[in-house]
Amino acid sequence: MEHHISAPLTKEQTRQLKCGDRVYLSGIIYTARDAAHKRFVETLEQGGELPFPIEGSVIYYVGPSPAAPGHVIGSAGPTTSYRMDAYAPSLLKLGQLGMIGKGKRNAEVIAAMKEAGAVYLGAVGGAGALLAKSIKEAEIIAYPDLGAEAVRRLRVEEMPLLVLIDCEGHNLYEEGPQNWLNEQQGS
Amino acid sequence: MREFPVSELVAPIREMCIKANRVLPEDVRKCLKAARTSETSAIGVAALDDILQNVKIAETDQVPMCQDTGMALVFLELGQEVHLIGDLEAAVNEGVRQGYVEGYLRKSIVRDPLRRENTRDNTPAMLYLKLVPGDKIKLTVAPKGFGSENMSRQKMLKPSDGLEGVKAFILETVREAGPNPCPPTVVGVGIGGNFDKSCLLAKEALLRELGQHNPDPYYAGLEQELLESINRLGIGPQGYGGLTTALAVHIEVLPTHIAGLPVAVNINCHATRHVTEVL
Repeated sequence: MEHHISAPLTKEQTRQLKCGDRVYLSGIIYTARDAAHKRFVETLEQGGELPFPIEGSVIYYVGPSPAAPGHVIGSAGPTTSYRMDAYAPSLLKLGQLGMIGKGKRNAEVIAAMKEAGAVYLGAVGGAGALLAKSIKEAEIIAYPDLGAEAVRRLRVEEMPLLVLIDCEGHNLYEEGPQNWLNEQQGS
Repeated sequence: MREFPVSELVAPIREMCIKANRVLPEDVRKCLKAARTSETSAIGVAALDDILQNVKIAETDQVPMCQDTGMALVFLELGQEVHLIGDLEAAVNEGVRQGYVEGYLRKSIVRDPLRRENTRDNTPAMLYLKLVPGDKIKLTVAPKGFGSENMSRQKMLKPSDGLEGVKAFILETVREAGPNPCPPTVVGVGIGGNFDKSCLLAKEALLRELGQHNPDPYYAGLEQELLESINRLGIGPQGYGGLTTALAVHIEVLPTHIAGLPVAVNINCHATRHVTEVL
């Protein structure tokens, strides 16, 4: 299946997205990785507010390289997501509906995704120059002191993604390799 | 004795940092194209197509292929007949600083591992110095991403674990890493030496040109066997399932102690970046 959707997302949209489906994402998404996630959770613990509306939001785990003159952004591929596993459930509880990254997630994150109706989308790791093409605007909205790890608001158009884990917990990293191994045995 | 002012290292290192991040070496490219031909999973083929297209865009648009422009590894093979004039470490760091700032590369280094303040110029570089006969300087710059570095492992096996133990540890490391190090990967293996030298061997193994085997037929055969075993795990490009989990396995070995069998596995992503120049 192929979906063309726009962020922020709704649960009606995320329910349609199944493990292995292609997604072309447009709209507004936010960047955050290790250091920014740590601050989000500390902010919430102190009763503060997050720097963007979390309801329906999509967070892209990326620390882009600097934009050269005439470019919106530098290279901007996904970072490995498990380092955000300690923080993701707190944000999913508040209504975040999408995460973009690469690599495995732990059981707590997958349980929180099912509870929240959220999806984990994958961008091809190491394809930062290709992915940057779908980013049309980028603006730092929080934590500028973190440099590459600052929180950015991105406007994206038709960003090419895959559903890695859907809101029922089906996981491409388990099902993809298993399907291939089954095919090899069958052939 | 050849006199060499270290200031003459700055410009080459600056250029090599930038080039390594924008232009994937031909050996890696050739392997990726061959993998694209032999891959049997549709989703894996699509991932390899994206990776190859990304390589093309990076080179054409002169942008880094990956946003993780790495920790700057600088390998210096220094001829014993060379007399370096000036502060070598400072010159290497100045080259890296200029390359990362002027090349719009990401600054990914924190000054202290626990207090984590970014140094803002990607220094210090990791400098690997080796003295060799002669009067030449062989300079290699290899930006190393940490998605793959984080999936690396070292283990002090027992001599009784033997070849089977070594193979099992390597396979287990690759299986556990799964999609995280951005497969298809290059798997660098160091066997022997001691605790720290085994890790250094694994790192050096990643610098070898893809397509070249260990000159010892015993280890060349083991490299081939391990590559086939790894590519039967099913992880595939990006971990989506498929044949191409690794592009190559490189093994380097050293003599070791009668009581030990150290093994280290250092994984590199499909963006296995390296540039070498002889000065």
